[in-house]
Amino acid sequence: MKITALRLLNIAKVGLMAISRNKTRSLLTMLGIIIGVGCVITMLAVGTGASRAIQSTISSLGTNFIMLFPGAETQGGARIAGESRITVEDVNAIREEAPSVAYVSPSVRESAQVVAGDLNWGTSVYGVDVDWPFIRAWNVADGDFFTDVDVRTSARVAVLGATVADNLFPAGDAIGSSIRIKNVPFRVVGVLDRKGGNMMGQDQDDQIIAPFTTVMKQLQGRERIGQVLISARSESLVGQAQSEIDALLRQRHRIGPGQEADFTMRSQEEIASTSAQMTRTLSILLGSAAAISLLVGGIGIMNIMLVSVTERTREIGIRLAIGAKGKHVLLQFLLEAITLSIVGGGIGVALGFLIPKLVTKFAGMPTDVSMGSVLLAFGFAAAIGVFFGFYPARKASRLDPIDALRYE
Amino acid sequence: MSDPVIQIRDLKKVYRMGEVEVNALAGIDLSVEPGELVAIMGPSGSGKSTLMNILGCLDRPSSGTYLLDGVDVSRLDRDRRAEIRNSKIGFVFQSFNLLARTRATENVELPMLYSDLGFSTAERHRRARQALARVGLAGREDHYPSQLSGGQQQRVAIARALVTDPPLILADEPTGNLDSRTSEEIMGIFQELNDAGKTVVLITHETDIAAHAKRVIYLRDGLIWRDEKIVQTRSKPGAAVTESELAIAFPFQLAPSSAGTAPTPVEVEAEELEEVLR
Repeated sequence: MKITALRLLNIAKVGLMAISRNKTRSLLTMLGIIIGVGCVITMLAVGTGASRAIQSTISSLGTNFIMLFPGAETQGGARIAGESRITVEDVNAIREEAPSVAYVSPSVRESAQVVAGDLNWGTSVYGVDVDWPFIRAWNVADGDFFTDVDVRTSARVAVLGATVADNLFPAGDAIGSSIRIKNVPFRVVGVLDRKGGNMMGQDQDDQIIAPFTTVMKQLQGRERIGQVLISARSESLVGQAQSEIDALLRQRHRIGPGQEADFTMRSQEEIASTSAQMTRTLSILLGSAAAISLLVGGIGIMNIMLVSVTERTREIGIRLAIGAKGKHVLLQFLLEAITLSIVGGGIGVALGFLIPKLVTKFAGMPTDVSMGSVLLAFGFAAAIGVFFGFYPARKASRLDPIDALRYE
Repeated sequence: MSDPVIQIRDLKKVYRMGEVEVNALAGIDLSVEPGELVAIMGPSGSGKSTLMNILGCLDRPSSGTYLLDGVDVSRLDRDRRAEIRNSKIGFVFQSFNLLARTRATENVELPMLYSDLGFSTAERHRRARQALARVGLAGREDHYPSQLSGGQQQRVAIARALVTDPPLILADEPTGNLDSRTSEEIMGIFQELNDAGKTVVLITHETDIAAHAKRVIYLRDGLIWRDEKIVQTRSKPGAAVTESELAIAFPFQLAPSSAGTAPTPVEVEAEELEEVLR
């Protein structure tokens, strides 16, 4: 005899009745799935959010971007920060002798407390060359960027980030004013465009840009270049620019072709893929931790269903005695388990949309709930309902009606 | 009325407990005609529960045949027996066996949910209300078992047994958990059903309950020891004591009808004593 749609509906109703009769127990049973699904979605949202943030920050560097660091790369990706052997002459050589390079600028960084009148502000001072606005595609909003002459003469001029300008010159009269960086007086010649926080939450406007010659001589007292920012002529020339620079620096530093270089280069693409790998690892880690909690939730359902089968042995006996077949009981308990996990999964999905919002609001972390993670978590929850619901359901359906009726 | 509702030939049930074989039923021949009201009596261990389980298609005999409503049900598999239980038998239990936290109507509708006849929702409601009205519970359809007295709960159970209109109603000590006045009421319902043509087989060990039956079967050691028609004293049960009622009340004082196989009273008492000591 086939089970008609009507009778399937009836059996579904029986299962639903059992759930609604035991609301507290049902809710407790679902809790594992709710938390599991919520966790999976939240974790994946945090992972995706972080990776999106990093990717967008990196892509804002521009597709032609190449970064040159001193020191060799060792295995495992960690660089040993040795003495920098990249010199200003190296930078000039790159500018003049590498045809695929459009712009190049050394970059040195110094942390400093900056004073203007009776106000002061702690920030980072970057010493760069005049190519910097072109490499970073970042212009001044007010005033001018410093000039070639300023660089050659180590002029004490500075371009302020918008945040620094806000804090030191609330009245907006920064241009032409004087500031003191580590007690060295600087004249403010410009204020940069406001870029706001980057996707990782760092304020990009909290910096001061000055000629690298000035920063090296006046603030650091040494001539070592921390990194070199390079822009290739076009995206397709990035690889060629890298090999030109490599050949040039090897020649200048007298490093033979098979030897380990004392510098490292990273294109924007390489930086992006490295960090993508990192964030993917992070996502997998977070996701699998959450998936385990989902699995534990499923085992919770199985436990409760097993207890429920034992507890309701008599009920099953009654049903069997008045004519329920094994498949009816099996279906009833299976539907009950599936319903529990689907309803639990649904509540979990709702939580999965809510929690990432709270995480973003209160922890300031970027999150991104993807439809894929929702479907994955929900589908997994439903599958868990079937998988862990089947064993207790089969156990129930195989009870002997006489024993079941006698069960106290 | 033509075929017997129950027709049993040489029914045996053997339980194996390790090395030991226990003959719960040692060869029963029984025939119950439509419209009968039969009480099965016997001490514990006499096989009456085993017989009840087989009559109710909850269990299968080791050998012998059992025709229920003309169909041989003694060799059916689990699912076929479930179908038979659903369509041909209405069960009434000692402990009512209603689903807790489930309304009276929903309890009564339960057999129809599992029926192959495919009752519609409206049909289920209608039949459930009708059955409840028939046992005098009109107006209590939406009560939960916990809100009903024992007698009322048993009425719900009877309504549930009736609702699919089965040819046989089986009651396993239906008044065992009830006081004597309520027991009389419940027996009254069974008699009404019987008067309306229902075949009722009930197990009891209370003689005044058996006194409502038209026929009393007394089991002992897996065999039918006595099988007697009772002259009904319907108007006032217990007012006139018949010889059979005496026989039921004091079976050991009377000579057994089929001598030979039956144990002597002394043996029986010894057995019972053993059972108590166990």
